[in-house]
Amino acid sequence: MRIEACGITKSFGSFLALSGISLTVDPGELVALLGPSGSGKTSLLRIIAGLENPDSGHVLFDGEDATRRDVRERQVGFVFQHYALFRRMTVFENVAFGLKVKPRKERLSRDEIRARVKELLRLVQLDWLEDRYPSELSGGQRQRVALARALAVEPRVLLLDEPFGSLDTRVRTELRRWLRRLHDEIELTSVFVTHDQEEALEVADRVVLLNQGRVEQAGAPEDLFERPASAFVMDFLGNVTIFRGRAEDGRAHFGPLAIEYPEHAGRPSVPVAGYVRAHRFDLARGEGQKSGFWAVVKHVSPSGALVRIDLSDGELPSTRVELSRERFEALNPRIGDRLFVMPSEMRVFPGHEDGTLTERPPET
Amino acid sequence: MTRSQGTPKSGFPAAARGASKAARPRVLPGFEAALGLTLAITGVLVLLPLSSLLVFAGRTGVPKLFATLHDERVLASLRLTLSTSLLAAVLASVSGLLVSWVLTRYEFPGRRLLDALVDLPFALPTSVAGIALTTLYAPSGLLGKRLAGLGVEVAYTPLGIVAALVFIGFPFAVRTIQPVLADLEPEVEESARSLGATPLQTFFRVLLPEILPALLTGFAMAFARGLGEYGSVVFIAGNVPMKTEIAPLLIMTKLEQYDYAGAAALATVLLLLSFALLFLINRLQGWAERLGRRGA
Repeated sequence: MRIEACGITKSFGSFLALSGISLTVDPGELVALLGPSGSGKTSLLRIIAGLENPDSGHVLFDGEDATRRDVRERQVGFVFQHYALFRRMTVFENVAFGLKVKPRKERLSRDEIRARVKELLRLVQLDWLEDRYPSELSGGQRQRVALARALAVEPRVLLLDEPFGSLDTRVRTELRRWLRRLHDEIELTSVFVTHDQEEALEVADRVVLLNQGRVEQAGAPEDLFERPASAFVMDFLGNVTIFRGRAEDGRAHFGPLAIEYPEHAGRPSVPVAGYVRAHRFDLARGEGQKSGFWAVVKHVSPSGALVRIDLSDGELPSTRVELSRERFEALNPRIGDRLFVMPSEMRVFPGHEDGTLTERPPET
Repeated sequence: MTRSQGTPKSGFPAAARGASKAARPRVLPGFEAALGLTLAITGVLVLLPLSSLLVFAGRTGVPKLFATLHDERVLASLRLTLSTSLLAAVLASVSGLLVSWVLTRYEFPGRRLLDALVDLPFALPTSVAGIALTTLYAPSGLLGKRLAGLGVEVAYTPLGIVAALVFIGFPFAVRTIQPVLADLEPEVEESARSLGATPLQTFFRVLLPEILPALLTGFAMAFARGLGEYGSVVFIAGNVPMKTEIAPLLIMTKLEQYDYAGAAALATVLLLLSFALLFLINRLQGWAERLGRRGA
């Protein structure tokens, strides 16, 4: 089913959660609504589900206006962050709930319900737990029960609100790959909300990045990552170091760094910000051909395929660099070493003279 | 659950449990002292006064007890007390459920004030409540006048007694149900709705099993309070023997007539009845709890 949201606005008291959002989800697509907390992503999902009413705007299901349709009649499967399982019912009864509450003439027979629930529990690989209560399950198992329960009523859309939000990292990674495979198997139009950019980029066909109730950018994961439409997108999607400087005469200057900035040629000097992803830096023991700056190694975390190195000097912001293991071993930097830092790719965005943007401390 | 030993509720790993009594590590201190104190307090505050009543009633003898029970006026008062308390407890539970629902599920201006108002019947001297209700429901009163127009008399009828008992019992229902509802995520109801359940199905299949034990507790407390309530009722009841005379008032009347034995006999009957009913409700609660856990 195709979902369209047109000009959705919603405010809670004086807080504007969504301001005129439009978005389309194509049939069979898996779309991620990504954004920081307070960006309106959950409100948008709840409005699509019919759990919340928009102040203005429309929700269309296959071209039909569903804005005023009750949640019961929307045929959406909704999976909540904290599972929202019925704790007084067994796994089986939880999954069977949606089938049992149907009006008598639409309801399946007992045996058919039994067969359908069994089939769904097999699909989520939990058929051996049907007599357990939710309190006896792990977080990942509960979330899969919630998913099976939502799928039981054969929804036309599957909506998931931070489905992996309360799980630990390992289960989370497993479960999101599993969700992707499941989606490929059942091809149900699905929308999920997340604040984790890695999750969104890995799982979704398309990512809609929200910020302060507006769509910042929507597109395929590689589009957002490689061609960010704004400084916000660039900053949100990856580990970036932000340099502040000025653009003059078609070049952007950041202290000792200078790069071409042809978009600005022939205009007066303006403040700009330069964004560099952590893996777009190289380090060297001596100055080379490329433009760069000297900085001191403050921290090295050599775990995983990429080695993270934090450097700083007095003047420029603290810089997070990711090197491949080979490169790291060849260079062998130690804490306190002075190295030459060379950005290989920088994106320049206008603005930021007012100092609204602050460097975030490097995450470890 | 019965525990022969003073094991704290959290329990211990098997190894620690197997250790000798003296060496057993105990996180919660002073079980013996705490149990002693608990028994002493319950004994002095609850059991002593009640048993002195039983002793006094016993001294007057069983025949006298039965003689009291054969009195039509006594029977009528017991019937009245029981029926009005029951009805009032039902009404208090239902309205208490509604109010707790609103207080926990919605955010609106004045919510905290409303929440505080619920406790007022706890604090108000019951006689004041009785006088206020009587003024309100009397044939000349604000509500009484309009109700009289509809042919409904409240003051000086059993209905008035029910009104007073609902007023007194309602906070008990709210205060027992509210925390359970607050504990229950609204998402659970939302998911029931998104799965296609009607509001009624959501209530009966999802919500009620969760709150039934609390609802029964609230009911029991409102009911127990109603059985013993005196102050607020005597003003609005009119106290016509055989019609609107409640058992606690009859006890007072007997005391004023120096019929101590009769008063004690009636009090004993009331006490036993209350205890039996509360015990029954307690069992029901256990059943609801198990029912819930079985997920039926």
